[in-house]
Amino acid sequence: MDIKRRQFLKIAGLSTIAGIGAPAAFNLLLKGETSPVSYASSGGSAEASHDDAPAGVRLGMVIDQKVFDANIGLAQKCVTACHTVHNVPDFGKDNKKDAIKWIFEVPFEKAFTNKSHYHRNAHLHDSDFLVLCNHCDNPPCVRACPTKATFKRKDGIVAMDYHRCIGCRFCMAACPYGMRSFNWRDPRPFIDQTKHNKEFPTRMRGVVEKCNFCVDRLARGLQPACVEATGNTGAMVFGDLNDSHSKIRKVLDENFTIQRKPALGTQPSLFYII
Amino acid sequence: MLEKALTGSNRYWGWIAVLLAFMAAGALSYVQQYNYGLGLTGMSRDVSWGVYIAQFTFLVGVAASGVMVVLPYYLHNYKTFGKITILGEFLAVAAVSMCLMFILADLGQPMRALNVLLHPTPNSILFWDMIVLNVYLFLNIFVGWVVLTAEKKEVAPPKWIKPFIYISIPWAVSIHTVTAFLYAGLPGRHFWLTAILAPRFLASAFAGGPALLILLCLIIKRVTKFDAGQEAIQKLVTIVTYAALINVFFVLLEFFTAYYSNIPGHMHTLDYLFFGLHGKGQLVPWMRVSTIFGIIAIVMFLVPATRKREDTLAIACVLLFISLWIDKGIGLVIGGFVPSPLEEITAYHPSFQEIMITLGVWATGFFILTILYKVALSVKEEKMIS
Repeated sequence: MDIKRRQFLKIAGLSTIAGIGAPAAFNLLLKGETSPVSYASSGGSAEASHDDAPAGVRLGMVIDQKVFDANIGLAQKCVTACHTVHNVPDFGKDNKKDAIKWIFEVPFEKAFTNKSHYHRNAHLHDSDFLVLCNHCDNPPCVRACPTKATFKRKDGIVAMDYHRCIGCRFCMAACPYGMRSFNWRDPRPFIDQTKHNKEFPTRMRGVVEKCNFCVDRLARGLQPACVEATGNTGAMVFGDLNDSHSKIRKVLDENFTIQRKPALGTQPSLFYII
Repeated sequence: MLEKALTGSNRYWGWIAVLLAFMAAGALSYVQQYNYGLGLTGMSRDVSWGVYIAQFTFLVGVAASGVMVVLPYYLHNYKTFGKITILGEFLAVAAVSMCLMFILADLGQPMRALNVLLHPTPNSILFWDMIVLNVYLFLNIFVGWVVLTAEKKEVAPPKWIKPFIYISIPWAVSIHTVTAFLYAGLPGRHFWLTAILAPRFLASAFAGGPALLILLCLIIKRVTKFDAGQEAIQKLVTIVTYAALINVFFVLLEFFTAYYSNIPGHMHTLDYLFFGLHGKGQLVPWMRVSTIFGIIAIVMFLVPATRKREDTLAIACVLLFISLWIDKGIGLVIGGFVPSPLEEITAYHPSFQEIMITLGVWATGFFILTILYKVALSVKEEKMIS
């Protein structure tokens, strides 16, 4: 009697554990399958990755450095437009520690670290290049995030959920371009109240942020703020990389472009005409 | 059994008081950090992880090293370690507890920590690290407590505990492997992007952890009636020596690949850490101390005269522990951020509060260790008297 009861309890206990555990484990597998990475990567072998682009809309941008070189001050206009629209706090030029930057200017050798050599032409020495999130097709930051607070949308934009971010900064370590910023302290007192954009949220301390390709403006039929700031100069072209009739594809077809650290296989959506 | 931690000598209570003081100071600093944000630390946009994550990484190694006494005893029936397996397991408990506290201290939004469970993300290594660390913590508390309870009752440990013990052995390897994967899979960080990072982590862990265990055994011998025994300690010395030599070998492999290939990205961080990069070498003195201490310690472990004497052995263990702590608890994590992806060199200086929080977490770890060791050793002492 006693032994039978004990055996029954054992079996009952084990099957309960299995019953509780199985759906959870199954759920996890399912989630793993639909995780951002699975549709983020264009997949494929080394050879295929050079020309096969994924299907569907994939938003991208071409930055024409020749136009920026010809229009002094234009790049800074883009930076100001972006940082104003997104309520990016300004901690002052000298405060590198707290700095939050979505788009900024750097010299050639910093933007293209693996492309510097002894005899660059003068224009590469003198001009500064705009850098921003590359919205990679295969984003290391999305892979690293433990909460899916940063994720890849179907249109190729790598976006952030500021309310889910736990502030572990794994994405900052993972980004090979240094395009992510962390709110080391409350950013709100450092937003110019006269320019505060009430249509875009401010952030709280302890979360990561970065360029979002103006996903909210796109939803309202507007161009990204930086692109809008370049007016009709053609310094920045934004559009669907997978649409063979789009303007951006025409520009890419007609010009030699380079990308930042292409060897890492991240497949950036940003192209530079040098 | 826990009540055994409530009685003790004045010296015991004095030590507890010291730890509590550091814990309180750490807690006060944490309140400040919690209210201001992580900007209170020395971390920045470029060096976005600092001493917290570095301590975490180092302590995962200390935790994993518990396996170096568990494995010989349970898999090879090496009876000499029977007396000290519990010390290895409880050291692992204290170390993993510190790891979890350092992770929490490093989060920008600690109140959201459970998002890792609410939104499980198997493609993130941090998700797996959370799993392996918590399971390892459970395994060591559970196994240690069950075996100690049996010892107290003077009966053999129950048979059903065996599977947990066997699982804990590869699990120890897994925690440090997964922790290495946090770094070794990031495409833009050359210093970490090396397949040898996980083996190197394990080698340095199996040197540093048992070195700490030797020190603890020597201290215990002085403050209690419990003696781990000359044979057990000398066997630990053998383990430490091999692991330390393998670690040196792995580090030299890194140097060869970087400097013979002459690829700038591979050389930059090593330059910054050991020689200075573009005139900037904030960590150079630290890394040189680490190198010198490491070499002296290994020589002392190899020479029979210094290895066998308890005082010189203790010095060798301290030197090795400091050497490996600098290597992993400072150089590895902070060095990995220099140069930044934009090839800028940013210095990092931990703030006062950051150091106090770090000391506070270490004190909490030693508090847990003291309580657990007090319980375990009281049980052992009772048996010796009866």
